[in-house]
This record gives sequence, structure tokens and C-alpha cells, in this order.
Amino acid sequence: MTTETKPTIQFTPDRLEKAKEIIARYPEGRQKSALLPLLHLLQEQEGWTPAEGMDYVAGLLQIEPIEVYEVATFYTMFHINPVGKHVIEYCRTGPCCLMGGEEVYAHLRQRLGIEAGQTTVDGQFTIKEVECLAACGMGPVFQVREKYYTNLTNERVDEIIDELSK
Amino acid sequence: MAIKVLTEHINVPGIETFDVYRKQGGYTAVEKALKTMTPDEVVEEVKKSGVRGRGGAGFPMGMKWSFLAKPEGVPRYLVCNADESEPGTFKDHYLMKTIPHLLIEGMIVSSFALGANKSFIYVRGELMYVIHILEKAIAEAKAAGFLGKNILGSGYDLELVVQPGGGAYICGEETALLESLEGKRGNPRNKPPFPAVKGLYQCPTVVNNVESIATTSWIVNHGGDAYAAIGIGRSTGTKLISASGHINKPGVYEIELGLPVEDFIYADEWCGGIRPGHKLKAVVAGGSSVPILPANLILKLGNGDKRLMSYESLSEGGFQTGTMLGSGGFIVFDETACIVRNTWNFSRFYHHESCGQCSPCREGTGWMEKVLHRIEYGHGNQHDIDLLVDVARRIEGNTICPLGDAAAWPVASAIRHFRDEFEWHITNPHEATQPGAVFKGDMALV
Ligand SMILES: NC(=O)C1=CN([C@@H]2O[C@H](COP(=O)(O)OP(=O)(O)OC[C@H]3O[C@@H](n4cnc5c(N)ncnc54)[C@H](O)[C@@H]3O)[C@@H](O)[C@H]2O)C=CC1
Ligand SMILES: Cc1cc2nc3c(=O)[nH]c(=O)nc-3n(C[C@H](O)[C@H](O)[C@H](O)COP(=O)(O)O)c2cc1C
Ligand code: SF4
Ligand code: FES
Repeated sequence: MTTETKPTIQFTPDRLEKAKEIIARYPEGRQKSALLPLLHLLQEQEGWTPAEGMDYVAGLLQIEPIEVYEVATFYTMFHINPVGKHVIEYCRTGPCCLMGGEEVYAHLRQRLGIEAGQTTVDGQFTIKEVECLAACGMGPVFQVREKYYTNLTNERVDEIIDELSK
Repeated sequence: MAIKVLTEHINVPGIETFDVYRKQGGYTAVEKALKTMTPDEVVEEVKKSGVRGRGGAGFPMGMKWSFLAKPEGVPRYLVCNADESEPGTFKDHYLMKTIPHLLIEGMIVSSFALGANKSFIYVRGELMYVIHILEKAIAEAKAAGFLGKNILGSGYDLELVVQPGGGAYICGEETALLESLEGKRGNPRNKPPFPAVKGLYQCPTVVNNVESIATTSWIVNHGGDAYAAIGIGRSTGTKLISASGHINKPGVYEIELGLPVEDFIYADEWCGGIRPGHKLKAVVAGGSSVPILPANLILKLGNGDKRLMSYESLSEGGFQTGTMLGSGGFIVFDETACIVRNTWNFSRFYHHESCGQCSPCREGTGWMEKVLHRIEYGHGNQHDIDLLVDVARRIEGNTICPLGDAAAWPVASAIRHFRDEFEWHITNPHEATQPGAVFKGDMALV
């Protein structure tokens, strides 16, 4: 077969504009530097980083797909498997645990009926355990996309879940 | 009132905007440097200030700048390290989100001093909202003529790029950061060559922490000597301390170096003391990587003098009775904290974050996590404590980057100072694994 297949995943026109602008930031010949920003852009659009999307990014940067995969799997922020609509990433590191994190996160898992690493059956929530989020004075803390939720208590967790479930 | 180099205007409403920042005297350092000074004169002031790297290693900033290689026709880069991932450290996050222009102004002054025309701010990817704040600040500064081509008619051009990380503690290590910025996995490089000789894209590069760079505006405005007059001995100036744990007022505080640790913990101006009804058990003074100290050793030196918040005083006594200032991540533990559990938690962190390049680090962090887990969960045996000490010793000094040491020190120091607590877990597994149980043996609480 000789037909060129169009990638099944592509950036929306405004994201493609943004991607081009990002690629132009780096010195000539150093376009690979745009890889992490583009993976973030892909994840923002798709919710995760599917292989087809990574192939597309490789094409934009004129690098081999393997160069994208090996990077995406190194960094914990990229979801290389599908995730729920809301990904709750809670900090499991020492200072947050000193502030009662373990109890609060147990409450969160119980409330959603899933363990860390799992997604609710309705596809609404995924829980991920992460390390220190640089907000230790405001622990316990979790992050949902770009938003930080700090000084968490069981009650706060319930409110946040109610809010996100709407 | 204590002197504030970085946070004097931090509570002014609207300080995140260019206009308010400018009204508070912002960007005068850029005007002064670009209009009245040569790059070398700026470097000279930074040298005189004695300011040391605020990322944790404490390497003199002016000296690092003067080591920057300057081969003809090769670009030089300044890269700001805003990867802040050391457990207990959140000062750079705070500074960037509240007063972003302070970093932008420092980036301009520093880039000018180093002769860089394109500079990067590498921010941990989790802080995407902070990245938007910085990008907005950069756009404002550019619109006002402080960035871009021919800044203030000086002939100097500068472009700032904010780069997101992808979630990896190791990318805070400067050479891993540079790899990451080149679009690769964050595997640290061998040093030397230091980035000052071969850095980003193999070009001479200075990597500095957010707080270090933010300090340069004040130094340009007031002079290196004025900065050196603040602080104590070779610990000049002020330091942002991230305070967390069992204190009344967690938060980020700017202190003059040389403040007694006791004042920092108990005075209302800072941490405001230990939670009501509780006592001080231990402190990790400089981020998770530094040795933990019990209450009596963090407050007092061997000779009975007060220990001070300075590079020298915190490390006095070496690793037997001292610790390090590190990144200033000050984590406070009261008597309800279980040292074994915290040590296991930290070792899980280092195991998770090891890049896996060197076997002592990759295997050793895994071993330590496993052994600590079994002690904490009541399955430890008598040899486990010595095994941990042995594994820690085999990692130390045998790896490409200091993450290995950073993983070993917390374990070695916890055993050195809290050995009874580890033994109690091993000899009383049933009691130790009850919910909320903590060691109550002989221990100096303050
Ligand atoms: N802020 C944070 O989140 C974290 C901070 N750290 C800190 O990082 C520290 C270790 O950092 P490293 O960069 O490995 O320390 P290092 O001592 O190797 O280097 C410190 C700085 O000085 C420069 N330097 C040293 N000797 C030089 C020379 N001869 N020529 C030119 N430049 C030279 C290095 O390039 C680097 O920028 C630890 O002490 C720890 O406290 C560790 C983890 C996280
Ligand atoms: C594992 C590891 C993680 C590090 N993380 C950071 C970090 O998040 N921020 C930082 O400024 N320095 C970090 N450092 C130190 C940097 O390698 C480097 O010393 C620093 O950015 C230099 O800036 P400074 O001289 O202004 O402190 C880390 C070092 C190691 C070994
Ligand atoms: S010491 Fe650990 S983190 Fe550092 S390079 Fe070696 S394996 Fe990677
Ligand atoms: S320990 Fe949770 S944010 Fe730092």
C-alpha cells in the first residue's frame, strides 16, 4: 500500500497555531525542545497522551515516534493510558501526611469507591498518587488539572467532589 | 523590623501586575544596569554581595557567573531552575505566583550580566497555573519595553521562554534539567564539565534557582556591599524558608540569615510555636534530603550556644550532630509523628524519583524502601537496621548525581538519632502497628 494515512489525532486549528509558536521559540535545529510543551498541549486536548497523538507530535517535530514515547513514559504527568474526566492527583509525601493526609486521602478513595490508579466505572474520576506538589505548608493537597486544592479535610473533599460531579 | 529583600512589597494589592510592581520601584534595577553599568560591573556587585545559590547547594553565585565560559561566536544561556520538587520546599512556587515580576526583573538583569539573549525559566509542569502567570508578566514587561529588541535603547536584546517540566523530581538537578529542556528524558549528566562550560545545547550556561535570580534586582539597586552587610559571616543576606508540619503558622518566611532556630520556631513573627498541647520532637531543616535532627540538637550546638539559621551553624557538628540549610524546607515534627513512618515515606519518594541510571541509587533506594516498609508494618527483624545503614553507606558517593546521597542521608540520620524508635518497631510489632501508635520511650522533647 502506498497511500499516506492522515493521523487520526490532530491539534485543533488554534492549538496548531500555538504549537507552531512554541516550536519557533527554540534556536534553529533545537526544535526537539518543544516536546514537553507539545505533550502538555496534546494532553490538554485529549485528556491523555494516546499513541496516535504522540505519533502526530513526532511528525510536527520531525523526530522518530520512539523519541516521543521514551520521553512521555519518563515523566509522571503524562497519562499514557485513558483516564477519567477528572484526574485527582493527591500528594502522598511526608509533610502532607504530617497534616493528616493519609486519613483525608483514605476518605477520598472511599467516597469514590476506587483505589489510587483506578477510574470510577462512570468514567468521571481517576485518582493518582503523586509526590510533593510544592505546597507543603498548605497540606494535605491535591491537584485537578491546573487547580490546586489545599488544606483539605474530609468535608472539603466531599464539597469538591460534589462540585466536580455537577 | 527585619529587612526584606524579596518580600517587602509582596502583600501590596495587585503586585502581580506590571503597573503596581513598577509603582513600588520595580524595574529600576533593569534601568540602572542597562543604562549605567557594564555586564561585568553587574557580575562584580553580585560577587561582592556574597549571595549563595538558594537552590540548596549554596555555591557562591558571583563565582559561578565568573566561571561562565565565553568562547567567541557561541551563544550563552541563563536557565532559571523553577522545578522546585524537594519535599518541604514551596518558596519558589509562592514567590512566582505572588510577585512574578520580581523573577522577570531578576532574569533581565542576570541575563544582561551574563550576555545571554535567550533565557529560560524551567517550571515544574504541575505548576501550569504559575506558568500562565509568568507568561502574562513577560507579555506585560515586553509591552513596556523591558524585554525584546533593544531594551530601553541600550542595544541589548532578550527573549524569555517559560518551559514546563513533566513531573520528575530529578529534573531539578541542573544537568537533568538541561536534558529535559532539550526534549529528552531527565537523566543527569556527569559533572564536570559543569554547565558553565558545557550546558544547554552544549553551550556555556548558568543555572540558578528562582530565589537566587530574584535577589539580583536588590543587589543592583543597593549594591553588593549593602547585601553583604545583611546576614552573618559567609551566610550573607536573607533566605526564604518554607515552614511546614506541626507548627501554628505554616508558610513562607523571609528571614535574615543568622536568626536563632529557636526564634524561628517559637516567635509569633515566624512559625508561632508548636501546635497547642504538643512538643517539639524533631526538625528536617533544609528539605527532605538533609539529615533530620532531634529537638535538642536543632536548637543548640554542642557548646550550648543557640543554633542559627545559617549555612555554617546548621552544618556545625557535621553529620554526627548537624544538618544543612539546603533549600530551606523546614519541616517540624511534634511527638505525634512517627519517625520510622516518615523515613519510609521519604525513601519511597527517592525510590520513585530515581532516574535509574546508576545501580547503587536504583537498587539501593528500592532496598531501603522495602526494608523500611517491613519495619513500619511490623515485619522487621533485628538485622534490618544494620542492613539499612549498610545500604545507605553503599549508595553515598557512588552515583552520578547527589540524589543517591539525598536518599541515603535521611535514613542514616534517622537511625543515628532515633535508633530506639526503629528497635521498638521491631521488638513490639503488635503495639507499633496499632493505628496512631508512636514510640513514647526516652526522648528529649522541647
Ligand atoms: N530546591 C530543591 O527543590 C532541591 C534542592 N536540592 C539541593 O541541591 C543540592 C545539590 O545540587 P548540585 O547542583 O548537585 O550541587 P553542586 O555543588 O554540584 O553545584 C552547585 C552549583 O554550583 C555550580 N558549580 C559547582 N562547582 C562549579 C565549578 N567548579 N565551576 C562552575 N560551576 C560550578 C554547579 O554547576 C551548580 O550550579 C543539594 O545540596 C540540595 O540541597 C536537592 C533537591 C531538590
Ligand atoms: C536531585 C536534585 C534535585 C534538585 N532540585 C532542585 C530544584 O528543584 N530547584 C533548584 O533550584 N535546585 C535544585 N537542585 C540543585 C541544582 O542542581 C543546582 O544546584 C541549582 O539549581 C543551582 O542554582 P543556585 O546556585 O542558584 O542554587 C537539585 C539538585 C539535585 C541533586
Ligand atoms: S544518583 Fe540516582 S537519580 Fe542520580 S543519576 Fe544516578 S540513578 Fe539517576
Ligand atoms: S509534601 Fe505535599 S505538597 Fe509537599
